[in-house]
Amino acid sequence: MSFSTMLMQLSSGMVKTTGIFFWTIILSLPLGLFVSFGRMSKNPVLKNIVKIYISLMRGTPLMLQLMMVYYFPYLLFGMNIRTFRFPAIIIGFTINYAAYFAEIFRSGIESMPVGQYEAAKLLGYSKSQTFIKIILPQVIKRILPSITNEVITLVKDTSLAFSLAYMEMFTVAKQIVAKDATFTPFIVAAVFYYVFNFVVAFVMEHFEKKLSYYR
Amino acid sequence: MNILEMNHIHKSFGSLEVIKDISLSVAEGEILSIIGPSGSGKSTILRCATMLETINGGEIIYMGEKAAYTDSSGSVIYAKGDKAKKINSNFGLVFQSFNLFPHYSVMKNITDAPIHVQKRNKTDVFNQARELLEKMGLLDKADYYPCQLSGGQQQRVSIARALCMNPKILFFDEPTSALDPELTLEILKVIRDLAKEHMTMVIVTHEMNFAKEVSNRIIFMENGVIVEETTPDKMFNSNNERTKAFLGKYHNMG
Ligand SMILES: Nc1ncnc2c1ncn2[C@@H]1O[C@H](COP(=O)(O)OP(=O)(O)OP(=O)(O)O)[C@@H](O)[C@H]1O
Ligand SMILES: [Mg+2]
Repeated sequence: MSFSTMLMQLSSGMVKTTGIFFWTIILSLPLGLFVSFGRMSKNPVLKNIVKIYISLMRGTPLMLQLMMVYYFPYLLFGMNIRTFRFPAIIIGFTINYAAYFAEIFRSGIESMPVGQYEAAKLLGYSKSQTFIKIILPQVIKRILPSITNEVITLVKDTSLAFSLAYMEMFTVAKQIVAKDATFTPFIVAAVFYYVFNFVVAFVMEHFEKKLSYYR
Repeated sequence: MNILEMNHIHKSFGSLEVIKDISLSVAEGEILSIIGPSGSGKSTILRCATMLETINGGEIIYMGEKAAYTDSSGSVIYAKGDKAKKINSNFGLVFQSFNLFPHYSVMKNITDAPIHVQKRNKTDVFNQARELLEKMGLLDKADYYPCQLSGGQQQRVSIARALCMNPKILFFDEPTSALDPELTLEILKVIRDLAKEHMTMVIVTHEMNFAKEVSNRIIFMENGVIVEETTPDKMFNSNNERTKAFLGKYHNMG
């Protein structure tokens, strides 16, 4: 196989990897915020269900979770899962990362001084105004470094989609290596992940700088 | 007319009774100071008056409207919804620790609630905010962020923020105790200026000389009860043993 054909095949994998990445971020961040509300809920039933969910997500391998999500409809309902590969991957990554993001949101929200809520209450802000205008912006600033860590991990974790034989970057690279007995695809893959994370770190640093106008 | 009336207020934290049947009222234009040893319940009574704590008994009345009362079965009923909003717009509170919003500029700290909560005209609010900042000597700091200001400046911004809501009564909970002596003077001057404009105020303070000079009436609290309530002159010449003991400590310190 020529280098250019190899790159062609790998680049279609890159597009898919990027797709997993963005879908997971877009879905798991808001989901994580709502999960953190459940985790902090005064309702003990909801709170404990969410606690169990988070602990399962963090306590079992992501690869296993991906497989369980994928085979679940087949094993339980005998459904045809051939077209379910991509949705299963997005669902698997999203529910896993939402659990991590939820804990990050929770620690950020709980670290906010009560004086901010009290000042907002005295000024007549409603509960939702207080959260959206006063609390959340400050929470985001506080948790941004932890979010960056998770996002960088996610870039690398996308390669776990190989376990469902989804043709993302790593799966493609592995196949070419096995077939053509060449090491080059691994090097291309390594460069790809590295550059991807370089860009991620750059973008996140930009956000952090933007929020550094106050302490 | 009384802006605020608090009648037979009780407040406990768990089994600890912190406010024991306190009644007080504040008339329009009046300046009331509350003094007393640490832990006597001064902050708690302000926090009850500003609805940051819920009372366990008694009633709170603003401008003749019941913000909270105790029904015949002994449970406390608070005003809700629009009525509560209206009542809460009567008062403002200046915190010991300022509690400015760090991500908002000075100007936005002051104008955001009048614009987005009270839905007032933007131009009017900005004009009022500028006037207030000028009065506080902070007009040149309008675009600064709280972290770029000294403690005294932050406290002046927080006073401006409270004033821009046009409250009928302003509460201060030890507004100077987080500040060093020089900055304390800045804040006391601001409060003195407000007194000249007959702003109705309730001030919890450890600055005895200031309390004596600025207030119309002083309450001395200890262990959740009002020990003495009188004019500054009478308070500082009191025959009450506990009042004398408390004020004596301050004299020895000062
Ligand atoms: N949220 C709370 N939970 C439990 N106890 C509290 C709470 N807030 C206050 N207390 C207790 O209530 C009592 C009165 O406290 P408060 O803060 O009103 O005193 P203070 O007169 O303002 O004192 P200081 O001059 O030190 O500010 C204290 O014994 C305090 O420990
Ligand atoms: Mg206090």
